[in-house]
Amino acid sequence: MENPYLPYPVRIDKIITETEDRNLKTFRFVFLNPEDEEKFAYTPGQFAELSIAGKGEIPIGIASSPTEKGFVTFTVNKTGLVTTYLHNMNEGDVMGIRGPLGNWYPWDEMEGKNVVIVGGGFAFTTLRSSIISMIDPANRSKFKDITVVYGARTPGMLLYKDELAQWEQRDDINMHITVDGTDDPDWKYNTGFVPTITEEKVTNADNAIAIVCGPPIMIRFTQPVLEKLGFPPERIILSLEMRMKCGIGICGRCNIGDQYVCKDGPVFSLAQLKEMPSEY
Amino acid sequence: MLKYAEKIKETALKLLKENRVDTFIGYKKGTVPMMNEPVLVTDPDKVDQLYWDSFCGLNLCNYLTKRTDKIGIVANGCNSRNIVTHIIENQIKREQLYIVGIPCEGMIDHRAVMRAVKYREILDIKENGGKFLVKGADFEETFEKEKFLQGNCATCTHRNPVIHDEILGDPVEEQTGVEPFKDVKKIEEMDPAKKQTFFTGLISRCIRCYACRNSCPLCYCPTCFVDESTPQWVGKSSDPTDTMTFHFLRAYHCAGRCTDCGACERVCPMGISMRQFTKKLNKDCQDLFSWEAGLTLDQRPPLDVYRPDDYNDFIK
Amino acid sequence: MTDKIFSKEEWLGGIEALRETYGVFVPVKDGDFHTFMPLSEGKNPDFDYQNSRLSPKSVVYPQSERLFEYTLDKADSEANIVKESPKDYSPKAVIGIRPCDVHAFQIVKRNFDNPEYRDPWWVQHFESTTLVGLGCNEPCSTCFCTEVGGGPFNQEGLDAFLFDMGETYLVKGLTDKGEALLGKITGGSPADDQALKNAEDLAASASKKITSSIPTDKLKEKRTNDLFNAPFWEDTAFACLNCGTCTFLCPTCWCFDIQDEVLGKEGDRIRNWDSCMSPLFTLHGSGHNPRDNKFQRVRQRFMHKLKYYVDKYDDGVQCSGCGRCVRYCPVNIDIREVCKLMNSF
Repeated sequence: MENPYLPYPVRIDKIITETEDRNLKTFRFVFLNPEDEEKFAYTPGQFAELSIAGKGEIPIGIASSPTEKGFVTFTVNKTGLVTTYLHNMNEGDVMGIRGPLGNWYPWDEMEGKNVVIVGGGFAFTTLRSSIISMIDPANRSKFKDITVVYGARTPGMLLYKDELAQWEQRDDINMHITVDGTDDPDWKYNTGFVPTITEEKVTNADNAIAIVCGPPIMIRFTQPVLEKLGFPPERIILSLEMRMKCGIGICGRCNIGDQYVCKDGPVFSLAQLKEMPSEY
Repeated sequence: MLKYAEKIKETALKLLKENRVDTFIGYKKGTVPMMNEPVLVTDPDKVDQLYWDSFCGLNLCNYLTKRTDKIGIVANGCNSRNIVTHIIENQIKREQLYIVGIPCEGMIDHRAVMRAVKYREILDIKENGGKFLVKGADFEETFEKEKFLQGNCATCTHRNPVIHDEILGDPVEEQTGVEPFKDVKKIEEMDPAKKQTFFTGLISRCIRCYACRNSCPLCYCPTCFVDESTPQWVGKSSDPTDTMTFHFLRAYHCAGRCTDCGACERVCPMGISMRQFTKKLNKDCQDLFSWEAGLTLDQRPPLDVYRPDDYNDFIK
Repeated sequence: MTDKIFSKEEWLGGIEALRETYGVFVPVKDGDFHTFMPLSEGKNPDFDYQNSRLSPKSVVYPQSERLFEYTLDKADSEANIVKESPKDYSPKAVIGIRPCDVHAFQIVKRNFDNPEYRDPWWVQHFESTTLVGLGCNEPCSTCFCTEVGGGPFNQEGLDAFLFDMGETYLVKGLTDKGEALLGKITGGSPADDQALKNAEDLAASASKKITSSIPTDKLKEKRTNDLFNAPFWEDTAFACLNCGTCTFLCPTCWCFDIQDEVLGKEGDRIRNWDSCMSPLFTLHGSGHNPRDNKFQRVRQRFMHKLKYYVDKYDDGVQCSGCGRCVRYCPVNIDIREVCKLMNSF
């Protein structure tokens, strides 16, 4: 019988330290069994359970885009037992990943619309997946204007710095990079909190959907900015986090109201969240 | 013991009305026979739900730790000793408490009553002095309370509250000639193999619900040692070794602090004789340090403090 | 389908024959209460019981279960690869299970066996188990199965059914699985119409004996956030010890934890029953805990049982009315009272 708790074996292909405090690393995995990659077909917004034998599993958003073939990447914050062990692993080590799990950003609804992406800190991972997928030549024409506001505390804390710079140069995407503050005189991009920059750069909500991913405080201050611009709660999309174990809506741990964050989420619209208990 | 119910209501009303306390912690009558529910009353109009009988065997001090308001609380002998321990261990301040002392005549062991009526369903119990009447759908039987006391109450020598701001009745006579450690001595005399069998059997039914730990006023650690993950000291499955580790270590954490209130044994859903773990340590504290927990605010527990005349023949 | 009468001794002797084909579980007297245990030498079934202390959910869903195993030995080519542990799904039979516990299996099945995911262990254990129910002639004062879509003689979800007629059992086969089991028991004589009528009367009178009421009719129409933010939760939750008694004794509770345990170079991934009452249940790695306070966890349990499950599956509450939490909650928090508060809010 098919076992949804059984991880696909993978090998760590590459590890990149993303941030200056070394707490965020991007792991690129290659499937030991090539046919597993097809079974793992995913959509931007989804997550997977990274499984380390002897330690446990952690639910992490998928940072690579389905347009990137041959591997899957995740960016992991070092915060507890399993993530600390993962951070100390080496390229070539074997572990497992289980997925793809959860729902995805509302790609069907987003077709033909302007897309506004607001991200902060290390919640940007699934947004990277989304951006790379959208600007891929096969997909770009499905969307109208793409505007991205992404910020971190300092330049050293930004993820995917090289790619951010590349996107900033492109003219098929309005990329706004910002930091809360910096004493670097050569800083080329914006300085200011993400909600502030969002208010400056996003001019209207016509035919647009906003995806917001970041720490709770960023969301709390970005939400009114978007609402003032005219985004109704149905067109503001959030991705939540919760402590998870099974990741498939069976162990009962990650519920908010009658919704499982691992199965009915992690992507929810603000309209949905307003009807759910405020327990996250 | 029913006589205290009215007095508790009056006292709580007075304390709340006069703003001498913000909250009053007591019991309200349960919805099933032989059970009562701890209750927190803040509104003077709600004091009528307060109740007391011989089935108040939980430990209300469990609800005191880290509260910051002014609290009125009912306390019989063992519970009052836990209040003393809480104060010594900085879990609550003496000034916050208004202790309503209850000279206790002992709690009834509800499991013994169930056995006595051969497990037929009990629908109602009425206490009357030293007797109680048990009613079922098709039976009525009367029993003598003193034959049905909880294990700890039968051998209790501190029935009167050791600390109180007000006492609701005349002190009761303390029991004499009781042997609180008879069962401990029997276990002490067993050879190691028999002890192993005894304790393995004792925990065989444990489902790791932690009702014992959670009902114990001494267990107030923000993260219990069984819940730690870095490092993980104890496994979380029903493995017998992990379960034995939990029970023994918890008992050692209570050494010198346990007042034998019996809450752990009362709450266990599987009927495990929980006090077999802690009583040995209580006996050791008495034998080695002449110590009984919670009798005075002026002395710290023996594992907390060093005295030159502490026994030291373990130093070889 | 079979309709037979057995004398009680005949039946007790007859079920011994089942041991050749099934792992047979029966209620056995265990100290002050009853537990479902494998039928074996020296274990005498006692069908004159109210209900077991722990529900028989552990026959299908053990408290601790090894799911996977792995080696961490770098010399092994399969090191760090998690493998399914071998399992034994040979047929099991539970004889004398009460209809409330069977109804509970139906409730829990929705969680473990749904269109998107099937839990292989729960499903295979459950599908290989034959359930022979025993109707309740004398429901207790804390039973309320009729209030939540069940009944003391409810046959839904059962493969065979026993009516305790006093000196005899009337045994009914209900499904092919049940017939297959009954076919292995020799003895008994066909039940006549009078016996069948007596059994029906017994069933009807038992339902009338249930006195507990828990109103659930208005739960669906209530707005989730209205109930969630209701003022009565702090009072309701005060006495709660946040132990696991209600969740572990409850036949409809299903939450579990997954743990990796390692000894030397070998390890297991196991699952254990877990409880939403535990403060660790929703503790994030970052230290954030959405249910930091006791009353939030108590609220979660009742909202899940009486509101979230109702909304999610539109088929009644996640409670089978067995009354175990009412009888054994150490501080007497009564789900019947909480349901009344929620239904009338």
